Amino acid sequence: MRRKTKGVYASKMKRATHMLFYRRHQKPGVKGWELHKALGVDYPKVLGILNDYLKSLDLQVKSVFEEKKTPAKQPSIEELDRARFYITLRGDLTPKETKMIGWRIDDLAGLAVTIAHIINKKGQAPRKDVEKLLGEKLPGWKVGLNLDRYIRYGYIQQDDNCQLYLDWRTHAEVNEKALIELLLRSETQTTLPFENKNEENNEAEEQEGD
Amino acid sequence: MQSKKGQKRFGREKLQRIIEMCTAIENRTVDPFLLDVDNIIKVIREYFPQWEEADELNLDSEAIHHLASVIKLQSEWVKHCSTSLYTDPFLLEEKITQASKEEMLILFLKAWHPLVELEKLSMNSLAVAMRYWDGLVPIKERWPDLDVQEVVVGTTSRDELVKQRVLGDKVFSEELEGYWRELKEKVEEKRRDGKILYWDFVGADTYEDTVERAFLTSFLITYGYATLEIHPLEEEIFIKPFEKPNTEILMQQSISIPIAVTHENWQKWKRGELN
Repeated sequence: MRRKTKGVYASKMKRATHMLFYRRHQKPGVKGWELHKALGVDYPKVLGILNDYLKSLDLQVKSVFEEKKTPAKQPSIEELDRARFYITLRGDLTPKETKMIGWRIDDLAGLAVTIAHIINKKGQAPRKDVEKLLGEKLPGWKVGLNLDRYIRYGYIQQDDNCQLYLDWRTHAEVNEKALIELLLRSETQTTLPFENKNEENNEAEEQEGD
Repeated sequence: MQSKKGQKRFGREKLQRIIEMCTAIENRTVDPFLLDVDNIIKVIREYFPQWEEADELNLDSEAIHHLASVIKLQSEWVKHCSTSLYTDPFLLEEKITQASKEEMLILFLKAWHPLVELEKLSMNSLAVAMRYWDGLVPIKERWPDLDVQEVVVGTTSRDELVKQRVLGDKVFSEELEGYWRELKEKVEEKRRDGKILYWDFVGADTYEDTVERAFLTSFLITYGYATLEIHPLEEEIFIKPFEKPNTEILMQQSISIPIAVTHENWQKWKRGELN
């Protein structure tokens, strides 16, 4: 009986892995109700087991609740059904690793500034203000391109009045509270502590060459 | 006595103003810290010994009640600021502008956990795709070619086009003028105040000819060769030809009058029931 139960959960875990890792819709991630339908009512338990398993791989099962409001206590099955589940990195990347996943330092720093600025403006900021802010440290031609890229990737969204808001990917990938806390605690620093001068120069040359 | 009355009135006005100010703060239109609570309490205390009437005491207690609400709002704000949820927007703005790109990147990487997603073929999906391909009917069977005969490109003449009814046998303006003359003749025949009933003019032996005549009549009216006279109560429509084409009509704002030339109406006209 015990072996059977174990076997059932192992097969459900495989199914959950397929659903969560492989993109099924236009946007990545799976809705709770889809997992409910495929894995049964005990799908939160299956996700819990999978999450534990993924810990050793530095990955995690991330849930984003509707209206971006994480329930204060244990979420109900209805709240979980309406949430969206993703697989994300559990720890953090090093600046060098970001290049492997297709991000340049400039672009990622621009994204960080954009997200932090929108959070600081209570979730909504005019595009021209963000452009002005980014324009202080990025070349003018790149500012608009970068913002359009952040919109295309789902980090931010723009309405008809050119107001920018955080979009689904930021809610799924960025720990907004942690970002703000880190920013407030930060001391101004001008050099990368992990790269020597030569490496920095090489990178700048590479970027210019691209 | 007079000065005491005046003082009381002045005191009441002051209390009213305090209540209004407190209400504005309660409605979140004014910053609660704009109110100097100590000063307000001093004012309320100063006038309190003068209050004798019930409404004066009511006003005094109302002012105290509103003041208490403002103090509550101030306390809530202080509590909120002391929690970890509060961030000073000015300080944060300063940090964002002061931070270097590298510093911003390092901070962001500590809070960023990118999604993991894969797009990959599996043996199963390949097998499904192969089965689908095997079962797919060839495109020639799904979309059979249209049987179109190739013809040699040639020329045509106006007479041929008239024969095929692509063109009329007269130039349109000529046709219209001939039609206008016919209208004037018919009106003269009928001798009815220079007008003729619409159906008496457009009606013909066949329904097709009737429709064609109605079509031409509409142009007679639009181009100023004739006009319509409508008697709504009698449900009668007359056509009145002009002696000379009225070109001014073309410059004016025109209106459309729909007239149903249905097969049923044509048959009624033929039976003499329409008029």
